[in-house]
Amino acid sequence: MTAQEGLSRRELLMKMGIFFNGIVAAVLAVPIVRYILSPVAHERKQGFESWLPLGELNQFPAGQTRFATYRNPVVNPWDGKTADIACWVRNVDGQAFQVFAINCAHLGCPVRWFPQSNLFMCPCHGGAYYQDGSRASGPPERGLFQYHYKIEDGRLLIKAGEMPTPGQKTQSSLITLEPPRCV
Amino acid sequence: MRLIRQVGEWLDARLQIGETVRETAEHPVPRDTASWFYVFGSAALVVFVLQVVTGILLALIYVPSAGEAWNSLQVLNHGIQLGWFIRALHGWGSNFMVAIVLLHMVQVFLFGAYKYPRELTWIVGVFLLLMTLGMAFTGQVLRFDQDAYWGLGIGASIASRVPVLGPAIVNIMLGGPIIAGATLSRFFAMHVFVVPGLLIVFVALHLLMVVKLGINDWPMPGRVVRKATYVQEYHELTKKDGVPFVPGAVWKDLCFSALILLAVAACAFYLGPFGPSGRPDPTIIQTAPRPDFFFLWLYAVLSLLPPSMETPVLLVGPAVVLLALLALPFVFGEGEKSWRRRPIAVLSILLIAVALGSFTHLAGFTPWSPMMDAWSADSIPPKFLQNRSALERQGALVFQGKQCRNCHALANIGGKRGPALDDVAVRRTQNQLVRQVIQGGGNMPAYGKNLSPAETTALVAFLETLRPAGQPTARDASRSVALEPEVGGRPLTQP
Repeated sequence: MTAQEGLSRRELLMKMGIFFNGIVAAVLAVPIVRYILSPVAHERKQGFESWLPLGELNQFPAGQTRFATYRNPVVNPWDGKTADIACWVRNVDGQAFQVFAINCAHLGCPVRWFPQSNLFMCPCHGGAYYQDGSRASGPPERGLFQYHYKIEDGRLLIKAGEMPTPGQKTQSSLITLEPPRCV
Repeated sequence: MRLIRQVGEWLDARLQIGETVRETAEHPVPRDTASWFYVFGSAALVVFVLQVVTGILLALIYVPSAGEAWNSLQVLNHGIQLGWFIRALHGWGSNFMVAIVLLHMVQVFLFGAYKYPRELTWIVGVFLLLMTLGMAFTGQVLRFDQDAYWGLGIGASIASRVPVLGPAIVNIMLGGPIIAGATLSRFFAMHVFVVPGLLIVFVALHLLMVVKLGINDWPMPGRVVRKATYVQEYHELTKKDGVPFVPGAVWKDLCFSALILLAVAACAFYLGPFGPSGRPDPTIIQTAPRPDFFFLWLYAVLSLLPPSMETPVLLVGPAVVLLALLALPFVFGEGEKSWRRRPIAVLSILLIAVALGSFTHLAGFTPWSPMMDAWSADSIPPKFLQNRSALERQGALVFQGKQCRNCHALANIGGKRGPALDDVAVRRTQNQLVRQVIQGGGNMPAYGKNLSPAETTALVAFLETLRPAGQPTARDASRSVALEPEVGGRPLTQP
């Protein structure tokens, strides 16, 4: 068989070789892509979102907003201090609580509580929030992120495990304070 | 000497690259391109080599672990002999590299070097710019301090705004649900393996094309690029009036590169390394994170954009800029090269420079951020308190205690978030002041729930004293008219 009539033996073997390599590449790509995507597939990870204690109830007096920290449920030994996360606990009236994420709803900087003016202020881009977490001024499009909480044995627990970012609209551990605004 | 030549001949008999190297070095370039304007590319390459060398030296000590990185930087700064100097060289080298790459790009743009047949050289260059900025950002993360931690939070918050895929992108970027050890590890891999590897490949392509296509001829007004004739014209030019690149042009590159290296070393020696700032402990929130110099303009843009514009601008803006840069050599591939005949090109560069410069300047004093300690740190200047009534002084206390000062300056001291209040009484009537304090608005929070009526009265009484001596307070002109029963015989209000 000559090349003019169609495929030569060598060309066929080369094409088979390329095809074979393609299959091997595809087979190898599956585990590689799954490895790269492993941070996304966290719903299977044990304890990804858990109820975490913030402390005894008497640490959070009625009518006040206090600083609290917790250790992220999923940690590696080399995470160091980065697994310690801060939040703001507001005891509304001795019965109801609000637990706000530390991250500004604009771009995630740490907001600070000022009891004198009853405002949360962000040091980065000038966002400000009222004591109930709703937006007061500045660039944020919404109020502060809020964690679900429950009270057990005189302790305050929140459901946490993921850094809140403005794009997550359906995260289970967070309460949506204001409905997303239509643009 | 003879031994060296023998070894050289032995090597070249096997490597067979001597001829290629000689041809490349001695290839003719147009005489007027042996210019001080044509030295930025080689200087960027030299600084890149410096970054590779100092980067490897830092990697001897640095620990890419969220728990230990900050400590290893302290050891580099204080525990290892001259560790601080290597860190400073790498840090200043990074700033110089971004600056030189930008200068190179401006020169190439103004000299029309992106036009036919060098379109692909420009496109590869655009990717080299992106990679250089990528190295600058990932490098800032490796300096794992408070700024790096919260900078990652900002990056994640921006990425999360991508429709549908946002949260997944955040998780891949952070390597998990929070900023932690996995985040630093993957930024280390990007900064040390992925981006430098790509940079080396793209630099090689960029250089290959510069050699194969020839260095851009000096732009002469009236010497117009046409695809049909350009290559022939260029070859005639180099044949007629060319000099060998080595040594005809290379000595200027060598001198400038050495000068730049010396400047990097001088900055490193006299100004020292960058940070690290505070520990990357997210429970320490007394911090005002700032990006490095070349991202300050972005910091300002993020603060000044109206909320509704932010997501579209953040997501669409970079794509538009990238597309414009990539499309440039195809849309304007022919025509005049000289900046003397391209006023729009010159104006564009000026506009971009002024815009980036203004944003960077603004980010130097962040007028959009409240000054978190102004209320407790800066007392009210005495001139605003002298000869005031008890109520007005009580109002000054409210003014300070309720942290109005964090956003409003008095005598130029205090926050710049809101307007300075030195003469607010001239601009606002008493009623307007009460309304503004209670209801807020115009980007000011409402203080109605935080002030008792007595506090509001005192505060407004104080605000009414804030006016230049001898000027009356603002008054509502319509009010006095409205109080009069008739003007010109016509009743103003219908019964």
